[in-house]
Amino acid sequence: MASTGVVRAPSRNGHARSEPANGHEHGSRGSLLGRVAGQLAAQVQRRLPRGDLDERDPDFIRERLPLMWLIASVWFRGEVRGLGNIPDSGPVLLVGNHSGGNMTPDTILFTLAFSTFFGVERRFYQLAHNLVLASPALGSLRKFGTVAASPSNAEEALETGAALLVYPGGDYEVHRPSWEGNKVDFGGRKGFIRLALEQGVPIVPVVAVGGQETALFLTRGERLARLLWLDRLLRLKVLPISLALPWGLNIGDMLGHVPLPAKLTIETLPAIDLREEFGPNPDIDDVYDHLIRLMQETLDALASERRLPVLG
Amino acid sequence: MRVGASTRVIAPIDRVWEFVADPERVLGFMSGVTRWEVEGDRRTGLGARYRVLFRVGAAEIGGLIEVVEFEEPCEFAWTSVLGIDQRGRWRLRELPGGHTKVELRMAYGVAGSGRSGWIAERVAAPTVTGHLRRTLSQLKRIIEYEQLRERAAARRAATRPVQT
Repeated sequence: MASTGVVRAPSRNGHARSEPANGHEHGSRGSLLGRVAGQLAAQVQRRLPRGDLDERDPDFIRERLPLMWLIASVWFRGEVRGLGNIPDSGPVLLVGNHSGGNMTPDTILFTLAFSTFFGVERRFYQLAHNLVLASPALGSLRKFGTVAASPSNAEEALETGAALLVYPGGDYEVHRPSWEGNKVDFGGRKGFIRLALEQGVPIVPVVAVGGQETALFLTRGERLARLLWLDRLLRLKVLPISLALPWGLNIGDMLGHVPLPAKLTIETLPAIDLREEFGPNPDIDDVYDHLIRLMQETLDALASERRLPVLG
Repeated sequence: MRVGASTRVIAPIDRVWEFVADPERVLGFMSGVTRWEVEGDRRTGLGARYRVLFRVGAAEIGGLIEVVEFEEPCEFAWTSVLGIDQRGRWRLRELPGGHTKVELRMAYGVAGSGRSGWIAERVAAPTVTGHLRRTLSQLKRIIEYEQLRERAAARRAATRPVQT
């Protein structure tokens, strides 16, 4: 579930908004190519299903818990620590580092752990890239509470009092090379901090290790994505290349892959009230640096517990 | 899926009952239990509710349970109100010599989970059974050790010279 950062750029009034992805700015320059790209992008965007908060189905989640438990316990030997750090009720923004390509096993493990710890009755949403939600094979994700990564969906979810899981690094982080597996890399995306401040909700960092060992990720393929206009057409900044089962050489990871049974460990850190810790008007960059440092230190500690790749 | 374990505790039935019926003592001897908190006003007895979590595999599983049988000092049974479907039962029986047979049973599953649920229940069974066995051995050890200490304290008190 390669989710994207909620927000890419601030608007004039300081509120968060998505980065334009339809290529209109190119069209206004009179570029024929830009106009074609804009039209194509608009067509693609129209066909992508939008997440609806009401599509979350607690009964469906409950019935899928045994399958998720099997995958998380037997295949990934998962371990989740510190769920007690998440406030028992009320809205909360869970901010995680993202790993494992489009299969994102850390999301499966965390969703299972959250749903069994707090019960499926507690509203829990996850933000994901539109393309993930559009995939026919992943259609059921919407029933798990996965919604399109947009500021309006994020705000709406928090306003309902839900816990919201975001991966600011999104597609950029999830496809990082395997040798950068133990690095928190949000690619400078800070929209989630503005979201937490605007909504007045605490941030709970969620740090996972092991996901980037489920395949051999070679490159994000950023240049290739730009060359093929994927960033303009589909908001895709990357076209990852990896060695993964059963494909061998896996370009794009659009059909997913069979993840190697790497041991996954997730640690949930204590909740951070941004205004309590950084004052009434927190500096976004300070908060970002603090969070990255905190999560990186935790990831380093988790990584130091591992002796061998995959085996853990 | 239904699993169970039993043991013989060298202690009177009332003594064992004090432990199994007291929510504040549960975390001290129940293996795999990470939470057993009173929910609501009723602390113990029929209708008491507890928020419980058991660590099984990758997740802490549980939910809200309610005591549905409370026959002092023999039967203590609960069933789930929220969360994974589960039923549990402490069954105590008096044995000759002031001993007690203690049986702990659990049944669990998720209705509607199909084949994956059937498999998951069986995969989890050895872990759950292991927790039940460890629970009983810890309960036995705590109660019998406490009795030994009490007897030793009583002996010391009896042999202490009377001060004039």
